[in-house]
Amino acid sequence: METQLTLDERLSTQSIIVNDFSITVATVNGSGSQTSNAAILRAIFKMGIPVSGKNIFPSNIQGLPTWYTIRVNKDGFVARKREADILVAMNAATFSRDLESLKPGGAFFYADDIRFPISRQDIVAYPMPVKQLIRQVEIPPYLKDYVANMVYVGILAQMIGIDLEKIRQALEFHFKGKAKPVEINYGVVSLAAEWARENLEKKDPYYLEAMDATAGLILTDGNTAAALGAIYGGVQFVSWYPITPATSLAENLQQYLPKLRKDPETGKNTYVVVQAEDELAAIGMAIGAGWGGLRAMSSTSGPGLSLMTEYIGLAYFAEVPVVVWDIQRVGPSTGLPTRTAQGDLTFVAFMGHGDTQNIILLPGSVNECFEFAWKAFDLAEQFQTPVIVLSDLDFGMNQWMGRPFEYPDQPMQRGKVLWEEDLEKLDGKWARYLDVDGDGIPYRTVMGNRHPKAAYFTRGTGHDEYANYSEDPEDWHALLNRLKKKFETLKPFLPQPVAEKMEGARINLVSFGSTEPAIQEARALLQREGIASDFTRIRSYPFNDVVKEICSTYERNYIVEMNRDGQLHQLLRMHYPELSAKMISYAYTDGLPLTAKQIFDFIFSMEKQNERTSISNGC
Amino acid sequence: MREQASPTDVKVVVNAIGLTKADYRGNPSTLCQGCGHNSISSQIIAACYELNLLPEEVVKFSGIGCSSKSPFYFLSRSFGFNGLHGRMPSLATGALFADHTLRGIGVSGDGDTASIGMGQFKHLLRRNMRLVYIVENNGVYGLTKGQFSATADQGLELKAHGINPYMPIDIAWEALVGHATFVARSFAGDPKQVKELIKAALNHNGVAVLDIISPCVTFNNVDTATHSYAWGKNHETALHELSYVPRAEEILLEYDEGETREVELHDGSMIILRKLGRDYDPTDREAAMKVLEEANRCHCLITGLIYIDPDQPSMWDIYQLTDTPLNRLREDQIRPKRETLQELNRAFQA
Repeated sequence: METQLTLDERLSTQSIIVNDFSITVATVNGSGSQTSNAAILRAIFKMGIPVSGKNIFPSNIQGLPTWYTIRVNKDGFVARKREADILVAMNAATFSRDLESLKPGGAFFYADDIRFPISRQDIVAYPMPVKQLIRQVEIPPYLKDYVANMVYVGILAQMIGIDLEKIRQALEFHFKGKAKPVEINYGVVSLAAEWARENLEKKDPYYLEAMDATAGLILTDGNTAAALGAIYGGVQFVSWYPITPATSLAENLQQYLPKLRKDPETGKNTYVVVQAEDELAAIGMAIGAGWGGLRAMSSTSGPGLSLMTEYIGLAYFAEVPVVVWDIQRVGPSTGLPTRTAQGDLTFVAFMGHGDTQNIILLPGSVNECFEFAWKAFDLAEQFQTPVIVLSDLDFGMNQWMGRPFEYPDQPMQRGKVLWEEDLEKLDGKWARYLDVDGDGIPYRTVMGNRHPKAAYFTRGTGHDEYANYSEDPEDWHALLNRLKKKFETLKPFLPQPVAEKMEGARINLVSFGSTEPAIQEARALLQREGIASDFTRIRSYPFNDVVKEICSTYERNYIVEMNRDGQLHQLLRMHYPELSAKMISYAYTDGLPLTAKQIFDFIFSMEKQNERTSISNGC
Repeated sequence: MREQASPTDVKVVVNAIGLTKADYRGNPSTLCQGCGHNSISSQIIAACYELNLLPEEVVKFSGIGCSSKSPFYFLSRSFGFNGLHGRMPSLATGALFADHTLRGIGVSGDGDTASIGMGQFKHLLRRNMRLVYIVENNGVYGLTKGQFSATADQGLELKAHGINPYMPIDIAWEALVGHATFVARSFAGDPKQVKELIKAALNHNGVAVLDIISPCVTFNNVDTATHSYAWGKNHETALHELSYVPRAEEILLEYDEGETREVELHDGSMIILRKLGRDYDPTDREAAMKVLEEANRCHCLITGLIYIDPDQPSMWDIYQLTDTPLNRLREDQIRPKRETLQELNRAFQA
């Protein structure tokens, strides 16, 4: 048990802590704190220190509490941590709870107009005269509330050592170089920093020191990465309907497309973005465009995907390429619309009535959000089928470090499309659903092809190889089985799992998506306890049998995911029942990104239990 | 029309682009004998033939239902997509962006449009996508065997379902209220009017809604039903006699001064409306509302071009796409250059 120390004893015994702590900023939603938090985050990143930023926000426009957590870690472990070392309290409504949540020895910065007693003696409390400082700033009154949050940026900068010049650069990034807002906000930051320099005495142990660990890296969110990846994948048609947390993907497309995708000579557009009336229409439009030969996509989240299911089933059956991003949030139902989860995996794997299959891509970093965004179009067109990309809110809306985006390393794969000259050569002899090459992938034509034999009639009803209506049992059976063959053909073309080894590992941690940072940190914690582990991150579905080979080599595979039922675990056991005994599920969902400690605690206790069982069994 | 010698030396009639009527036909219809939908399909074929449209430059869409099967029965040389129930408008909207030089024809029914598809129908209108949207309106569900549709009259009695207690939806009204830029009502039993309306609609720069009463001979054709042949024949009041005249074609129709109204479309072609008893101005939205209300009040089938606004920008005017159809752009036209990505990366870097 930890002995109770007074604050002074604690401070005198502990040494300073550099580049290894968490900051939580508690504010009121809609008060402009996003700019402040983004500035702190990017400034730390620009100081060369590994960092991540996560917004724990409510489904609300203005008024409800919101928390922003920043994790700084010199070793690069930037998964969410539950406890804050530094807390910035700007919200009276959560003041007591925020104060309570701070770690002993932590630093508590609070707006001094919040008149609550500071009930704890084991923390360092710093009052911030927010209102008083803002009064000194010459700006229109309507802006005062918004820039008030810059006060804590300045005070925090002074007290933990954020480089003010980097804050200015971060503001320039945020305001896209617009001088006026940069000047106003930076003015408040420097004023507050100066006040802190003169009035506050440093008593907490937390310091930042510039490093060189982020040189060359980028800091961005998964939705920006996905939008840019789609643009470099040649996206031509986007139809979407607003839904948190997918909205910013489409908005990023709207922001970047006009800059990147106008015909250089005429200034005309080579893309279309339509905000549809709902998800039913968004997917209908995207499938229409995909059928017409465009690289077409939509972005949504779970509830929207539920609405899209019928049309995606038709696209699977009629063999229409389309890409749909599902930025997962917490379901069922409206659930927790502003929180993260990985709960749509089995839904997407089986979505649609009848026998259906979908290609699922599972990006695990902002880089993969970019890469899979362009690859998704290649796969959709090559295999004439819907591709669903499963991201989540944590990726989509939070800030992640990554390598610079890499330009596509292969030409576009447009698949088997016959144009006029191709049909000329074939003397007009072709059939839409005929498996000419024996790979299950037929040839297609697209509207606008003027060859008199180009046209065919696409339908969701039973059809023969010539696209004619058919209720013939043999036609139906042959068609469904050809589709199955097509899915066998495409498996090797999907992104393979990434595997990481550790000396002496007998266990394997298996995951997908956004949980890797927490898992990597958990592996380091396990290693410290003498438990070596390997790591496998699955990047697509249907699984390639490499997954089976990998998992069969371990005594135990821990399947780690953010949902209740262990959906990846379910799919793995369904496909590889012979490995069931080697697969242990760690599935947890509460709306927040997993922490390393949660994963560590589970695996550590399981491994200890296993050790005891082995000993008692005399092994 | 001109004649051309075929190999067997039989005279074959062809249109100005050398195609025969057979080039516009579809597969044999599997709808009931006498179904109004078949007669509409025939008029689509005739209209395209007479307009000298290359079938490859027309694209067909439909939802689900008897009406939505019909695109298979005309224009076999045109691409077609039979989508989901009530969701043809979105499918057509997306697809038409692939090649803006094509003309779209969407065929829907009263179930497909006025029930499950009402939302997409309304939003198609407000976007003014260039699409001919034909509702084959028979007041009844055919494929599921005789349930009331949302356009069925209040008090209509059907064999298996008794008396309809609800108020009907008026598709032309909905179109007008929804800012459709071309609203017409017609009757499958009036093939000439149907054909001329389709020709005009195909040349309208925007969405054109044709609410065509198309009797269901199997489930809803008793003489007192407003969707029946007999009722239509006895109650049709045409607003005008309508002719579509393509641009650069001499106006051969001879009318006395003051007898006609002319509406010029964006491409310079004309719709000529010969007055029948009244001087109806289809560019007057208020007059259009009045005439629809009058039709409801007098319980009669007023047909013709109810409303047209040839000047409203269409989706093509709004989106400013390249002249080359989007689906023919090359890779280098849709994948930005490498340097642009390096520039973006720099902005995100530390």
